[in-house]
Amino acid sequence: MCINSFKNKKSFKTLLKTTETKTELKNFTINFGPQHPAAHGVLRLILELSGEVVVKADPHIGLLHRGTEKLIEHKTVMQALPYFDRLDYVSMMAQEHAYSLTVEKLANIHVSKKIQLIRILFCELTRILNHLLAVGCHAMDVGAMTPFLWMFEEREKLMEFYERVSGARMHAAYIRPGGLSNDLSIELLNDIKIFSINFSDRLAEVEEMLTNNRIWKERLIDVGIVSSKEALEWGFSGVMLRGTGIPWDLRKNMSYDCYNDLVFDIPVGSKGDCYDRYLLRIEEMGQSLRIVNQVINLIENDINLNMTSKSSPKTNAMKTYMEDLISHFKGSVGDIVLNSSETYTATEAPKGEFGIYLIGNNTNKPYRCKIKAPGFGHLQALNDMCKGHLLADVVTIIGTQDIVFGEVDR
Amino acid sequence: MIYSFLRNKYLPKNKILSIKYFSNQIVPAVFSQMLYNELVYIVHRKNILLSLACLKNHIKFQYKVLSCISGVDFLNTNIGKTFRFGVVYDLLSINFKTRIRIKVFVNEISKISSSIVVFVNANWWEREIWDMYGIWFEKHTDLRRILTDYGFDGFPLRKDFPLSGFIDVCYDSSRQGVISRPLELTQEFRVFTVENNW
Repeated sequence: MCINSFKNKKSFKTLLKTTETKTELKNFTINFGPQHPAAHGVLRLILELSGEVVVKADPHIGLLHRGTEKLIEHKTVMQALPYFDRLDYVSMMAQEHAYSLTVEKLANIHVSKKIQLIRILFCELTRILNHLLAVGCHAMDVGAMTPFLWMFEEREKLMEFYERVSGARMHAAYIRPGGLSNDLSIELLNDIKIFSINFSDRLAEVEEMLTNNRIWKERLIDVGIVSSKEALEWGFSGVMLRGTGIPWDLRKNMSYDCYNDLVFDIPVGSKGDCYDRYLLRIEEMGQSLRIVNQVINLIENDINLNMTSKSSPKTNAMKTYMEDLISHFKGSVGDIVLNSSETYTATEAPKGEFGIYLIGNNTNKPYRCKIKAPGFGHLQALNDMCKGHLLADVVTIIGTQDIVFGEVDR
Repeated sequence: MIYSFLRNKYLPKNKILSIKYFSNQIVPAVFSQMLYNELVYIVHRKNILLSLACLKNHIKFQYKVLSCISGVDFLNTNIGKTFRFGVVYDLLSINFKTRIRIKVFVNEISKISSSIVVFVNANWWEREIWDMYGIWFEKHTDLRRILTDYGFDGFPLRKDFPLSGFIDVCYDSSRQGVISRPLELTQEFRVFTVENNW
């Protein structure tokens, strides 16, 4: 160290004394990821470690960047829809829903009550789908293998519902601007009902496995604490925000579709650590089940709910009837025209506030479609959350943030 | 309790309109408008920090959360004749359950001051805009590229950047590694502009 840099002599003297006895330790910089199972995809972290304690974490993202926003600018409104399945690929329909709502706002489309209910039904199933993966993978990162396997069993059933309603297990393209791609059958509704009865048992099993588990608690309690002030400062949303005790849920606070008519609670945490967020996710799954049951009852009891939607005609009908051919043609060439205006519409996706800033210019293509993904905001606070924790806790914190790189990198 | 000042009988009953009533006096806006019940302010780029700090800290707004910052390229539009880019700040007030949007217009050469001093999480959003549009944020602590590849050249979300890009990255078996080479397509990407307002 240069002597001139010390303006007062005292500190220099003390430095001399200390250097005689102490050897200087250098921080160790390691590379974490991008090919690491706990990196949840392709997160590359440059970690600066002092011993085993993290001093600095610098996330390098963009390894899954596919230019979604650029691609959307070159597609018609309908063609752009499937990109939203591929953003956060564990909560597909939640994002289709957000996009559909945004487009409907700019194109002045109003959808019927039944469509809204079916959308909510599948959004809530998607929330369960996402939280199952979030908790399951989190548990596996921390070392518990069993809940992961149990939860993927349930995810399989949910994806079967996806398949039955849209034909695709994951990238459904079911919720579309102006409606849905298909109506759903009464048999499917019955099966979802059976699922919802059985699922609460599965949930209880997982809770029994984890909630009071000594290892699980030791790994999660007091790790990654976020205060409510910090959470607002970092622009957190979803479970990350509610974990700190702020009851902010867009379904309730800035309601969309007919969430207003449904009864559900918003669970909040108290401490803002990883364990709180785990409990929240479990509780939210329970609340989603509650909504699912209500929605099924509403749809079943009111058979007269009319279904007017811009769903695409069946292939068979399209090849047989002139009217269906015309409507298919109109749909695929770009029927929906966006007003030359703009909107920022946000929905409560399972991971947090999923917002879309859409600009239209009186054509059938979006002029600009900015996607606000919750994970992007959460990941940039990783440095602050990890600071002072052990290397093993980094994995816990990545898990609790529920990062999926499809949406972070877009 | 906190709404009490909004319950003044001389004010419009609508919450957003009453917020507009106050913010019109405080935000140094060039222009304000309501789009789909969303409040939008257009601010000169020199006033952006002032407006953001005002809206964040003023007791009557408390827009504590920065939802996101987006860039827009206005090439070949009416706005684009004077200003090439727009930077759009979406703020959220948890206390009043409202959103507000602040827009700033800039050129390729004009700088805009970074809003990290007001909102910490502006960091990555501004990095993203720098990466995608090449808008320079002054006094940003760490303005590196964020989403594109290491060593990427160009600003992909600009309207004059072609969709298929310029380079092609692939594995070369003879060199046993990943190489990047100029893009060669047998057919260019075709843009169909069908104007059909039937």
